Amino acid sequence: MKGVGEVKPVRSSLNIRRRNIWTGWSFILLSVVMIFIFYFYPMLQALIMSFQTGTGSNLEFTGLSNYQRLFDDNMFITAVTNTFIYLLVQVPVMILLALFISVLLNDSKLKFKGFFRTAIFLPCVTSLVAYSVVFKYLFAGDGLVNTLLLKLQLIDAPIGWITDPFWAKITIIIAITWRWTGYNMIFYLSALQNIDVSIYEAARIDGASAPRQFFGITVPLLKPIILFTSITSTIGTLQLFDEVMNITKGGPGNATLTISQYIYNLSFKYSADFGYAATVSYSIVIMIVLLSFLQFKVAGDKNG
Amino acid sequence: MAKSKRFFTYLFLGIIAFVSIFPFAWMVISATNQSVDVTKGRLLPGSHLLENFRNLLETTDLQQSLLNSAKISITTTILALLIASLAGYGFEVFRSRTKDIVFNILLVSMMIPFAAMMVPLYRMFASISNTVPWLGIDTMASVILPTVTTAFLIFFFRQSTKMFPKELLEAGRIDGLSELGIFLRIYLPTMRTTYAAGAIITFMSSWNNYLWPLIVLQTPETKTMPLLISNLGSGYAPDYGMILIAIVIGTLPTALVFFLMQKQFVAGMTGSVK
Repeated sequence: MKGVGEVKPVRSSLNIRRRNIWTGWSFILLSVVMIFIFYFYPMLQALIMSFQTGTGSNLEFTGLSNYQRLFDDNMFITAVTNTFIYLLVQVPVMILLALFISVLLNDSKLKFKGFFRTAIFLPCVTSLVAYSVVFKYLFAGDGLVNTLLLKLQLIDAPIGWITDPFWAKITIIIAITWRWTGYNMIFYLSALQNIDVSIYEAARIDGASAPRQFFGITVPLLKPIILFTSITSTIGTLQLFDEVMNITKGGPGNATLTISQYIYNLSFKYSADFGYAATVSYSIVIMIVLLSFLQFKVAGDKNG
Repeated sequence: MAKSKRFFTYLFLGIIAFVSIFPFAWMVISATNQSVDVTKGRLLPGSHLLENFRNLLETTDLQQSLLNSAKISITTTILALLIASLAGYGFEVFRSRTKDIVFNILLVSMMIPFAAMMVPLYRMFASISNTVPWLGIDTMASVILPTVTTAFLIFFFRQSTKMFPKELLEAGRIDGLSELGIFLRIYLPTMRTTYAAGAIITFMSSWNNYLWPLIVLQTPETKTMPLLISNLGSGYAPDYGMILIAIVIGTLPTALVFFLMQKQFVAGMTGSVK
């Protein structure tokens, strides 16, 4: 009886749905129009512009010349290299760190859990600009980080965190890791809470060590979430802008320049080369598509 | 063995928590100190908070920037919630194969990097500046419009609508409510927590948005808080105490929102991947 009573309304609502096709569309129309105007149309425009050259609005078609220019453009190559260094160092470090922290926090016997979670998540409430400026001062030549390291006698001379090409990259990596580790941790924590505790109990009875449990149970079970966070972090890093702009301005000597910042410079700082800027921006599109595909592929193969 | 392991767990988490909190503590403490003391590495609260604040009021148009940020963030949040919840509800309640395809196309927009859209968007608003001035460059509308509709928020509302009890829909239809009436009178009040979570996420990202406002807002009167902070930080002889109080003020609204609604915020973030 109960089952019949539940099925009936669903059927009648289906009929109502069929009759009111336009009611359904009216709910979603505005958002569809907005996304087409403000995402897909600019995207298409950028594609067209990537085949054009000229300054400001005086653009004319020059075929693939912009794309050829990419390969001889040292600044572009520097920006891509820098971005990939951030990507290859920062994303794995951050994801492992976030995973490790969330496994520790998931221990039911742990005290002060709420405090640790809130503290580690706290950096996510800051704006990218605000925390970047704070980091710029903390890591300045005479900044607090150097002062403390000198006082603790860990270093003999101040480190050029912002003025040395190598250390400037490290500073950017430290900054992004500080800002986003807690963010990723939250996803892992909520996923960990859905794992049945008995799996770990069985593993313990079988004598599996903590690292074996981590790599044998936790990582495989969290794979979908790890994939999600690694893709979003990759996309985020490929678009890195606010931090570099506010900590190092891309310097010293383009050592920290990112692709996004290069596009910004080409469009709004140098001589408004919109066509070429659009070409550079499409390099990010291609990279995002390729890397996301690759990450799916890697995760998929291991699943199979 | 177990005891030492426990000790290292607390030590490790303690260090991570300290590193996470430290920049905040330093920022708040330094906002009360003179610039000279900040460079000397003073880590104790000082007595220059009011002086720093006065300097900030004198050298910048703080009130204007706060007002601009508030106007933009609040308008964006209200519009974004309305548009996205209508769409999320629409996609889930009036499902059809065509709508599922459209939904998937919308999701593709999440993959489009902003860098690839910023120049065409800028040209779009620049070209309209002369004919419709309130919509052109340097206006509130030009900041809000491109950021107000996100596939992410639509996705978020669609996921949550799956949990919405469909019997309530039927009850509304039997009572003779229109489809919009059901949405406004039944769905909206029932989904309060979803709206709260969506509001926090949207408000935070709007308040903190930097690159697009940097491009489109060009006069001092229209600048938002991130632009003001970024500008202060770029000087050669910075007044640290003053800049840090500006950063504290700029961070306060999002930090408050976070602390008051921590649960909804976390639920909102993780709800999107479940």
